[in-house]
Amino acid sequence: MAEIAEGGGGGGHNKGKKRAKKSSTRVDMTPMVDLAFLLLTFFVLTSTFSKPKVMSLVYPAKPEDIVPEEQPKINNAITFLLSEDKIFYYSGQYYPKNAPGPKGPTVLEETDFSAKGIRKLLADRNAYVLKGKEGLDKKLKSKQIQDSTYLRMLIDFKKDPDALKVLVKTDDKATCKNFIDLIDELKIAEIGVIAPVDILASELELVKEKVK
Amino acid sequence: MPKIKMPKSSPSIDMTPMVDLAFLLVTFFMLAASFRSSEPVEVDVPSSISDKIIPENVVLVTIDRGGRVFFNMSDPEARRELLMNMAGKYKVGFSDEQISKFTFMSSFGCTMQELPAYIDMPAEARKNLNTKGIPFDSTNNQLRDWINFGNMAALNSGRTSFEEAKMKGDSPDPNDFKPKFTLRVDNKALYVHAQNVINVFRDLDLNNLNFITSMEMAPL
Repeated sequence: MAEIAEGGGGGGHNKGKKRAKKSSTRVDMTPMVDLAFLLLTFFVLTSTFSKPKVMSLVYPAKPEDIVPEEQPKINNAITFLLSEDKIFYYSGQYYPKNAPGPKGPTVLEETDFSAKGIRKLLADRNAYVLKGKEGLDKKLKSKQIQDSTYLRMLIDFKKDPDALKVLVKTDDKATCKNFIDLIDELKIAEIGVIAPVDILASELELVKEKVK
Repeated sequence: MPKIKMPKSSPSIDMTPMVDLAFLLVTFFMLAASFRSSEPVEVDVPSSISDKIIPENVVLVTIDRGGRVFFNMSDPEARRELLMNMAGKYKVGFSDEQISKFTFMSSFGCTMQELPAYIDMPAEARKNLNTKGIPFDSTNNQLRDWINFGNMAALNSGRTSFEEAKMKGDSPDPNDFKPKFTLRVDNKALYVHAQNVINVFRDLDLNNLNFITSMEMAPL
């Protein structure tokens, strides 16, 4: 350790000349280093670099503004009904018990948030868009198309009549985590049309029966 | 043969480069660190694969676990204008000091009538305060007014910063300066609570909403 020479009472006239000169240039830096690393550790641990991320979602306009269509023609849609940590779904149009469709009233099916549950279901149902996206990805990689063209074509694919459309309804027990997780899965599956809508009273009853 | 002089190796090492490096890093982290202003509520946000970063000009509504609603806005100038409008509508007086304090405040969740007292509180007391959140039932829809006036104020301030960016010679996208509406919801909050707030937005014809989420790896 370097030391600061202490003025030893005027001694060292004859012998200590050299030594006094040498030692006075060095300062003990250990405390400073300690402090520097302490501060460094503090800032490394406390600083957060990542800004929060956002997920955007477009809600349908209030029903007063649009022409009320009782059941809009949906030929390729799936409706998810969320309850507490549970997902139910049915495909196509909704047929209540008192007005059954060609295949009888709507029956809810259940799935879950795992990769084998909803992700597989959506991948199967939305295969048209996912396949289209795969083709576009290949073209983009081999530089056949530009970035902007890629984005435009992807949007076209998502808006195609053959692309899957999804309606999301929630009951009064679903948490925000359930909802965001579901939307997240839909985004993973490249669903273009996502509509969070209010649940019908008869649908709510169906969910309640299922949950019991 | 002369004796080989063993150099007197002193046990001290020259620490100067290490100190240099350490202080360089300290300086870097000090400048790069962004400190979050303390929020009155802890909110545990859900995760998603979205990698869109939060926009600049935001109107932020926080919904905590119990369904209480908090309001916040990013732009200080817009906040001043917003508070003036709100004070005018609800006939609540604010001192100049309170107004300037409000412009740098984080989220708040109290009624308009409680707001002057809330502003005067120290940050620690705000955390412990048991508020009911901003009311938004049909008879007393203060949240609607906050959002509505906030939207107008943020549009104005966004327009000013757009003009400024234009003056600098860039070709900015006007959409980047428009206020974005953001919801920060707790994992465990019931979606019904969020839905009520979303309906307030939808009443005002603001249908494009953003949810704040933490980052999650996308599946391959």
